[in-house]
Amino acid sequence: MNNAAAHLKKRYAAERRFKAVGLLAVLFSGFVLAFLLFNMTSNAIGGFKRWELRFPIDMAAGGLTVDPSQLQGPEPMQALQGAGLADVVTFAATQSLGDQAAGEILDGAWREVGDELISDPQRLQGTLEVSLPVSDDLAGAARGGGTPEMQALAEKLKAEGKLVNAIDWGFLSRADATGPQAVGIWGALKGSMLTMLITLALAFPIGVLAAVYLEEYAPKNRWTEWIEVSINNLAAVPSIIFGLLGLAVFLTIFPNYRSAPLIGGMTLALMTMPVIVISGRNAIKAVPPSIRDAALAVGASRVQTVFHHVLPLALPGILTGTIIGMARALGETAPLLMIGMRAFVASPPDGFTSPATVLPVQIFLWSDEIDRGFVERTSAAIIVLLLFLLVMNGLAIYLRNRFEKRW
Amino acid sequence: MSPALPLLLALALGLIAWLAARSRAWTFRTEARKGGSQLHSLPNYHAWYVALWAIVPAILFAAIWTSISPGLVLGKVLTEPAAASLPAFGIEREAILSEAQSIAKGTMAVGFRKESAALVEPFRAAIGQYGTIGLVVTLILGLAGGAFGFLKLRPDFTARTRVERFVMLGLLAASLVAVFTTLGILAALIYETFLFFRFVSPMDFLFGTHWGPDPMVSPESIRTDAYGALPLFWGTVFIGAIIAMLVAIPLGLMSAIYLTQYASENVRKWMKPLLEILAGVPTVVYGYFAALTVAPWIRDFGTAIGISSASSESALAAGVVMGIMIIPFVSSMADDSITAVPQAMRDGSLAMGATTSETIKKVLIPAALPGIVAGVMLAVSRAIGETMIVVMAAGATARLTANPFESMTTVTFQIVAMLTGEGSFDHPSTLSAFALGMVLFLVTLTLNFIALRVVKRFREAYE
Repeated sequence: MNNAAAHLKKRYAAERRFKAVGLLAVLFSGFVLAFLLFNMTSNAIGGFKRWELRFPIDMAAGGLTVDPSQLQGPEPMQALQGAGLADVVTFAATQSLGDQAAGEILDGAWREVGDELISDPQRLQGTLEVSLPVSDDLAGAARGGGTPEMQALAEKLKAEGKLVNAIDWGFLSRADATGPQAVGIWGALKGSMLTMLITLALAFPIGVLAAVYLEEYAPKNRWTEWIEVSINNLAAVPSIIFGLLGLAVFLTIFPNYRSAPLIGGMTLALMTMPVIVISGRNAIKAVPPSIRDAALAVGASRVQTVFHHVLPLALPGILTGTIIGMARALGETAPLLMIGMRAFVASPPDGFTSPATVLPVQIFLWSDEIDRGFVERTSAAIIVLLLFLLVMNGLAIYLRNRFEKRW
Repeated sequence: MSPALPLLLALALGLIAWLAARSRAWTFRTEARKGGSQLHSLPNYHAWYVALWAIVPAILFAAIWTSISPGLVLGKVLTEPAAASLPAFGIEREAILSEAQSIAKGTMAVGFRKESAALVEPFRAAIGQYGTIGLVVTLILGLAGGAFGFLKLRPDFTARTRVERFVMLGLLAASLVAVFTTLGILAALIYETFLFFRFVSPMDFLFGTHWGPDPMVSPESIRTDAYGALPLFWGTVFIGAIIAMLVAIPLGLMSAIYLTQYASENVRKWMKPLLEILAGVPTVVYGYFAALTVAPWIRDFGTAIGISSASSESALAAGVVMGIMIIPFVSSMADDSITAVPQAMRDGSLAMGATTSETIKKVLIPAALPGIVAGVMLAVSRAIGETMIVVMAAGATARLTANPFESMTTVTFQIVAMLTGEGSFDHPSTLSAFALGMVLFLVTLTLNFIALRVVKRFREAYE
């Protein structure tokens, strides 16, 4: 009897242990996710900021020979450049910060002063308080790295309150550059958007039409079976294989469009299409047969039945699947590396056929840089990418809950 | 001239045709009503019928014309006297021609080569000429097609049937895209792999133990023993099928068991989407996490336990992070299989006095095993095809070693490395990427195929 009780106790203990292990497994996944997000976010905070030098520029005394009317002209930046704005900025920096610090202002930073002047020509009179980005060397020193003399300079400027770590809105509006102080993600983001537009324009109609055909009209024969097998296989093929296809086929047909969003979008469309077909078929299958019977009974043709009645009812489900497929395509890197979307592109792409890169590839390219500044910038880019994915998936969940009917 | 112009022209013609045919069909309808009879099709179908006749031939022609007209333009320019002074072959000739073309199209303001200046005018003339021809033919085709369709309109014309036949054709074409993609992948891989095997024999490639292609060596004098892919296969299996699965299977399976058997409805409602977020994180983010955070930990840990070769790019870092990425996948497959086991089996076991964990271990898991195994196979196929994590965290050195702290390379890593390197497109090192891709494609295909069959049979067994 005692023996049986002890045995039972042991079995219950095993039961509790087993349950605890299961809970731990779930908690571990949650912990990893939380840690991943925390890790990225804490690095990213620095990535949305940059080191800037604050100093005044006395515009009236600077001797900038430019007429306010020129600033409303067609090429205001050229006018400012011709008038020697760069020298005025350097001179003012030398006056208030000293030679060494003035030399550490980022090349081309005077353009930010230029932008300010163009937006408000009144500022040509009087004194302008500016805050301009510093060189990567000084920024590195301000973070605690770099040469001892640079660190001494950074310490001195920080103590005087002239070197500050300020929020960098330009990160969201600039393109790639060589140093972490000057980079931005708008170029990559725009490339991603253009690529996604092509993907959506190709994958959505083809995917929906294929789903309609397979679910509503396809006869049960060997041909249909081939179509179904290849769609199921395509959904499981590693993404890098689609990159090989894009490289060997699309780039042979359009050799001039290397690195272009057009080719990237086509490659990703082939990858996304099976996802849309599969979710589309499930959504169409979920529409009850009584709808079809009713439409046919009042004299609609089979095409009318599907396009007027079944498809509108299945649309929320199809859209949910499409958004999830697009979110996956947005995070995809490997196939785009294959077709050359990894070039250094210093200005945002201006069309579907100009060289571009996309956000995940930009993250990959920056991740190779060892500079601490790039680590922060990369994490910031990751946060932006994750936010986009979060919005897309949130939209998909909203659509599913709001519009999907349970029959 | 923009390539979109013929397209817009065709669409404009289509709109006109649509409106004209619709109003014609309305007059039919009014007359038919007076006579007490009816049209066969609604006016809109008449409209669509004529519009399709106006648009489709014109657009098909415009598409073909855009692809062949650059060749025609070039041919025309080369017959000009100004083209006689061009260098006969090579990069310089191409550069001059493309520069002249860019200037003629207006995408480039000034040229850098003096030879190109003479060719700008012939180019501009030829582009204008062929552009006009294309536009005129598009217009004629659109008008002719529209007129043909329009003349067929009659009160008893079966416009709806014909439009619907066209719609069905479109549906069929859309579903064939998937077949053509599969065929395209196969054709591209087979062709390039065949080219590769002219340099390196399949035996050397599949069973050689040394991998070190050099894209700088001329294709004729390459060392075929530098193309042995066995270390890559081993690295792929070690990272994707062993380390990643050692992480993913226990965690995924136990998560699925906890969520299906123990967790309350509320916990399940929150934890399942949380796991799915883990699956939705882009692989490049995992790769960055692996390279920046996990790899240094693992290197320090390796050094601490006395492994001197511990590297900051290790198979373990890539494999563990990949395993974490796969957890939700394994968990959802296991979830499906366990829920598919009939409730009666579970109830029977519990009624005999078994605890929940005993029921799970002795009844549910054995019954769900085929489904779980198939899920694991799908997970392995996904892991070995995964690229960014290994590219960012696993390293480039091909090694046949079982030490997880060392850097190790995989098939996908080498595909990326070979295709983004300096080798020209017909060099064996570049072609080897396609041969590796072929192996990867076949292996993942086989795994998926078997897994899907197992799942299907398993479902049938309990239904």
